[in-house]
Amino acid sequence: MTNDATTAPQPAAGEWPLWEVFVRSRAGLDHKHCGSLHAADARMAIQMARDVYTRRQEGSSVWVVRSDQIVASDPGDKEAYFDPMEDKVYRHPTFYRLPDAVDHM
Amino acid sequence: MDLEAKRPATPAGPAPERAAELQRRFDERIDAGDFIEAKDWMPDDYRRTLVRQISQHAHSEIVGMLPEGNWITRAPTLKRKAILLAKVQDEGGHGLYLYAAAETLGVSRDEMLAALHAGRAKYSSIFNYPTLTWADVGVIGWLVDGAAIMNQVPICRCSFAPYARAMIRICREESFHQRQGFDSLLTMMRDGTEAQRAMVQDAVDRWWWPSIMMFGPPDEHSPNSAQSMRWGIKRVSNDELRARFIDATVEQAKVLGVTLPDPLLAWNEARGHYDHGPIDWAEFKRVVAGDGPCNRERLAARVKAWEDGAWVREAALAHARKRETAEPTP
Repeated sequence: MTNDATTAPQPAAGEWPLWEVFVRSRAGLDHKHCGSLHAADARMAIQMARDVYTRRQEGSSVWVVRSDQIVASDPGDKEAYFDPMEDKVYRHPTFYRLPDAVDHM
Repeated sequence: MDLEAKRPATPAGPAPERAAELQRRFDERIDAGDFIEAKDWMPDDYRRTLVRQISQHAHSEIVGMLPEGNWITRAPTLKRKAILLAKVQDEGGHGLYLYAAAETLGVSRDEMLAALHAGRAKYSSIFNYPTLTWADVGVIGWLVDGAAIMNQVPICRCSFAPYARAMIRICREESFHQRQGFDSLLTMMRDGTEAQRAMVQDAVDRWWWPSIMMFGPPDEHSPNSAQSMRWGIKRVSNDELRARFIDATVEQAKVLGVTLPDPLLAWNEARGHYDHGPIDWAEFKRVVAGDGPCNRERLAARVKAWEDGAWVREAALAHARKRETAEPTP
């Protein structure tokens, strides 16, 4: 793997594929990425995610996704993608200074 | 999971100039205390150093399962057995977090394991000592995990973010390891027989020096330390970590009622630390080089587990492929 790779890494020959694990810690919250693991198939990935990432009641629900199925933004595009939002302070409520009488708006 | 950049982050231009610019940006980020993610540009030496350090750390976790695993079937009570099982299972999980962090740098799990099995990669030499009695299990928790935690807490702020994230998770889980060890020793010292107390003291006598060697050679003989500090991989020096560990442990030993086997241990008001006797670095080097009491046994156990498991790994893959072709959706 180099910095010039154009595709997600494929598992080495004979290695179980890589899965990303997302855990919902309790009802009402989002699933959150918490790590990855190798597993032969989806069912094994779910079982291993349970064993590895929820040994202390950290979760009430688990998602697993094959790592090579995730499409991500390119770190090389970081500035072009995200910097245009830098000067749009008027998108935040704190930009507007209102009289004290209505400041809880 | 961290996908690759499609190309190195700009700027365009002749290769040497571009490399210098990338290096300058990297240094700026390190100096600013920024985190480096797996797909960000990084110097080759930084990548190599991390692969070596993280994979060694991962190997230490899984080799570290062996000395304690030795006692699972012989734990004195069901409670201690359940605790020990949970702890050894944690170590396996910690190995996984660390292997996954190293994999983001472009090295495969199989390559790392092959390096371990061939003896090219090291693991913490502490695990080349034998666990002779049940008291050793408690002392490993108290001293070995205690030293490991002291080493690991600063790595939670490592500049390489996947490693730092793994360490945060590990440190959160690890603190029970040290406490259960101390608790087990305290039970033997307070409620045990004279023979059991002597067993605890004997285990402390055997593990003390190897434990304080875990922080590595003294700063003046640790050639890679300065570069790792510069890169924000290492945050606190070997000697400083060792001093912190000794200061904390001396007090804990008093509570426990054991003697640390170093007649030269004495509080040094000027340094604000305990002074300690000379460490036998010749022994350390000998064990690191492969000639400790259990090096061959540990490596043989890992290789056997890997080879005996080969058919399971292959069968699971074959089964998954068969199901994939049989059923379009799971």
